[in-house]
Amino acid sequence: MDCVATGGNVKALAKAIHSLSKIGEELYLEPQDNGLALRSVNSSRSAFACFLLSPLFFQRYRTDPDHSFRCKIPIKSVQAVFKSISSLERSVEKCHIQMNSEKNRLTVALHCKHGLLKTHNLSYQDSESLQAVFDKESCANVLRAQPRLLVDAVLHFPLSQEEVTVSVKSDRVWLRNRVEDDADPSRAMMTELCLSAEEFDHFSIGAETSITFCLKELRGLLVFAESSGLPISVFFSQPGSPVVLNVSDSVLEVNFVLATLSEGLSASWTKATKNSSAKTTPPPDDFMSDDMDSYLIAMETSELPGPSVDPQPCTINHRMQLGSESEEEEEEQIDRPPNKKFCSVFFGSVLHNSQLTNQTVQRQQVLASDSEDEQ
Amino acid sequence: MPLSTQSQAGDEQYVLVASLDNVRNLSNILKAITFREHAIFNATKNGLKVTVEDSKCLQANAFIQADIFQEFTIKEDSVGFQVNLTVLLDCLTIFGGSTVPGVSTALKMCYNGYGYPLTLFLEEGGVVTVCKINTQEPEEPLDFDFCSTNVTNKVILQSDSLKEAFSELDMTSEILQITMSPSQPYFRLSTFGNSGNAHYDYPKDSDMMELFQCTKTQTNRYKMSLLKPSTKALALSCKVSVRTDSRGFLSLQYLVRNDEGQICFVEYYCCPDEEVEEE
Repeated sequence: MDCVATGGNVKALAKAIHSLSKIGEELYLEPQDNGLALRSVNSSRSAFACFLLSPLFFQRYRTDPDHSFRCKIPIKSVQAVFKSISSLERSVEKCHIQMNSEKNRLTVALHCKHGLLKTHNLSYQDSESLQAVFDKESCANVLRAQPRLLVDAVLHFPLSQEEVTVSVKSDRVWLRNRVEDDADPSRAMMTELCLSAEEFDHFSIGAETSITFCLKELRGLLVFAESSGLPISVFFSQPGSPVVLNVSDSVLEVNFVLATLSEGLSASWTKATKNSSAKTTPPPDDFMSDDMDSYLIAMETSELPGPSVDPQPCTINHRMQLGSESEEEEEEQIDRPPNKKFCSVFFGSVLHNSQLTNQTVQRQQVLASDSEDEQ
Repeated sequence: MPLSTQSQAGDEQYVLVASLDNVRNLSNILKAITFREHAIFNATKNGLKVTVEDSKCLQANAFIQADIFQEFTIKEDSVGFQVNLTVLLDCLTIFGGSTVPGVSTALKMCYNGYGYPLTLFLEEGGVVTVCKINTQEPEEPLDFDFCSTNVTNKVILQSDSLKEAFSELDMTSEILQITMSPSQPYFRLSTFGNSGNAHYDYPKDSDMMELFQCTKTQTNRYKMSLLKPSTKALALSCKVSVRTDSRGFLSLQYLVRNDEGQICFVEYYCCPDEEVEEE
């Protein structure tokens, strides 16, 4: 791989790295024929981000067709290269990224004013491709707004606020902070704001719904969108299925895929048990015999259509599947539910339900049975 | 001169009297060498030299010429004492070290000779504070024997270009490697940290390079922890001269312009780390 970015695109590249650093610990880098893909996923695999910088983004973009190459790098070390955006803007004229497979180093050379050359040779690890499977086109709801609108809206929530709930009606959107179930109601502060459809560039609501997702990643994307001045498109359907945030122009495409909470889980649970009481409680072994990969991701499990359940009226399939990288990591995922917080948010409502027979089972199993019964 | 004239009475007894209208001209430059508590002061007719050392490997000197002071009277050829630099700086900034233009603290610094405390009269807005700091037996400063005739390589750079590099240096690297060469890479700073290595190359024809005199390729490593304090001096300075001698010893000289536009110098000497094979 050999590519060169110049001028304002160096800043865009730096901003992309900073955005990705809000997602996960590692940067997955993959030079593809259609551009350089920079990806990251969080430890609980509930958030995924991909920046695809097309060959036109670069002044020069060359990949080795015979030798496909993918790697992951601790994002902190890449961030260090692009540490100060302001000095980058002021002094960097050209950024040259090159793969040195002999030395196992990724070389990032920054050509600065006054002839100063900064060369960073970063060590990396080989990795499998990281890919999320999602279908934003089939989402019922699509909103598109200028970054400013969302930046101003998000500004009202404190930095400590973890999740935000977005509710849509045919003509307006509400943003609300999500108060934890165990929070003291006398101390909790509710913030709610309403945006009219007119404020959006595009506003099409196919299904009135309400979704809750993490703010941190959204903030990460907003930083990028604001600096590039590109509108953000939001695709979503219902609670529990991922929300896709997209920013694109002619030379780059950004997709953030974030898990949403399955708020209405307990209701659908009751419905499901009524409809198919015979099939509800799957044998715990079922989990083991099934496709493991599909259970790894919390967001997906709540989405998988139960094998024995009749097709639902809602046939849209918003699946998000993350290609797993290595055995080692898979096991790690199974061994410990990565983000307790997320688990509890996801399945809190299920656990309350007394109908649940295997309450004492491990979280991961709940994760599985949950998915079987949800729809 | 806003300082009260009353204290002038007993001036005859002092071996050293130095007055400044703006104490920042002294305190700022002392901050540039504050990395150890003890500072050796040595005054001669030419001015004041303050020395701080670390681990017998690093020495920093600040020179404040006699003409920076409004009054500089010395009764002996050389007057030496040692004080706690942190305490001295606390005293010098006792009025808060305001940077508001037009508001400045005046200083009169007196020393009575061996065994006496260092007496500071500080005045701001008509308020006078008298500080007495006990002096210590002066230690003999290290002689790095850094002689300009033994200098192998020398470059003078505008500080701005080095400031950026030093602010970005990978601090997970234990050493900073400096390469100076008459051919490529001319002047290179390298770090070897957790995430890989990084090189900062300055071409000899850069606008930032004021002087380039390299006779022989030299690569030396210096402990990052030792060089870290020098960034304080770098931050104040407008130009820096980087020299290495035949033994690989490093001399960093910083040209510092004070509030009045007068020039002072801060100098760092550092021993090279043990020779290590190049990567």
